[in-house]
Amino acid sequence: MGAFDELVVSRERPIVTAEFPSMDGGDLDTVAEAVDRFQPYVDAVNITDNPAAHAHASNVSMAIAVKQLGLEPIMQVVCRDKNRLAIQADVVGAQMHGVTSFCALTGDDVTAGDEPEARRVFDIDGPQLVSIMRTLSDGTYLSGRSLKHHRELLIGAVENPFAPPAHVRVRRARMKVDSGARFLQLQIGYEREKLEAFVEGCGDNGVCRDAAILPTVILTKSAGALRFMDSSVPGIHVPGDVIDRIASASDPLEESYQLAREQAAHALSLPGIAGIHITDFRHDDSVHRLVHDLRLGPAFSSEAGTTHTQTA
Amino acid sequence: MLRSLLPIVEHAVKGPVWDCQMCGQCVLHETGMTCPMTCPKTLRNGPCGGVAVDGACEVKPEMQCVWVKANHRAENLPLLPQSWRDEIGHLRAPVNNSLAGDSSWMNLVSGADRKTPTGWKGSE
Repeated sequence: MGAFDELVVSRERPIVTAEFPSMDGGDLDTVAEAVDRFQPYVDAVNITDNPAAHAHASNVSMAIAVKQLGLEPIMQVVCRDKNRLAIQADVVGAQMHGVTSFCALTGDDVTAGDEPEARRVFDIDGPQLVSIMRTLSDGTYLSGRSLKHHRELLIGAVENPFAPPAHVRVRRARMKVDSGARFLQLQIGYEREKLEAFVEGCGDNGVCRDAAILPTVILTKSAGALRFMDSSVPGIHVPGDVIDRIASASDPLEESYQLAREQAAHALSLPGIAGIHITDFRHDDSVHRLVHDLRLGPAFSSEAGTTHTQTA
Repeated sequence: MLRSLLPIVEHAVKGPVWDCQMCGQCVLHETGMTCPMTCPKTLRNGPCGGVAVDGACEVKPEMQCVWVKANHRAENLPLLPQSWRDEIGHLRAPVNNSLAGDSSWMNLVSGADRKTPTGWKGSE
């Protein structure tokens, strides 16, 4: 038990994925150090594609490196930077190196990054990218031209239950699943009632059955980090009472961890949730601590099924 | 003659009313009579994840998200046929960039606006 693609189907135990750090140079040893930090605790890692519209080492190069180092990469692909030709070339090229898990995103706009003068592309959008990935998985390019020795791809997508219009998010999740997505990673959010309503809607329309839903849990250090996300990261809203809780705590670092722990436990308590995705901005041993406290992931695979009943 | 004249007439009619961007493959009836090409990301299949809590656009915060507006209109505009209201939830194919600047009316008649790449599978 344990391969990410098998868990997406079997749901034998809660899945744990995490955000792999972006890199700006160094060598394969740098990648290997990061792989070693995550490998015992997660089923797969997201390899980001110029996150928040900042250039970094490419998603293709990082996904290949992580795969060769023995950790399962989920190669994110955004629509902002490349047209349909370049995106298909990246997916097929990565697949030739054994990368088979992909996640399709529309992507933050160039104005969110440090080079807002760049041309935005958006030749295709997120749901179209999911469908094109399925076409590649089935053995042809979008043009209809055949691929040789293609592999079946595990395709995922993202959704933001915390952004309006709420009822459209549920429908959009269904659209992505109908287009080929088998897992959905959710945007960061702190409004429990919105997550609950989204998951309930996804239960009603069969998305929870047809795709593994993974809400994101974010490990931060301070109220300042929450304020930054609220003011500067597109699509993320952090309510004032959440920021105040951390700001007024005697030990903000520990309170920030407890916030993430409660967030994870709440998400896992919802019927239909298949696991969690962890974004770590603490860069300490908190990922290890979180999966240990909640007894999640490959390190606790023998305790399968025990965590879904935990509550915050 | 007609081929060169029609885009001018079409833009003169649709530009002032819907801020038509002349993509040549009009889907206004599927999107609550709201042009998706006015979305800064030109998204054809619903709102991105960057919409602010108050419904403002990620790229142009002074503007309401085109897709928030489109969904509201699809649900609330009077006189829209039910099939048009439902179509907002359908997956639309990637834009055919070779049709940009053409009259969508002409492409509607010829069927060029509904022609998709051979490998396009849409959704189930």
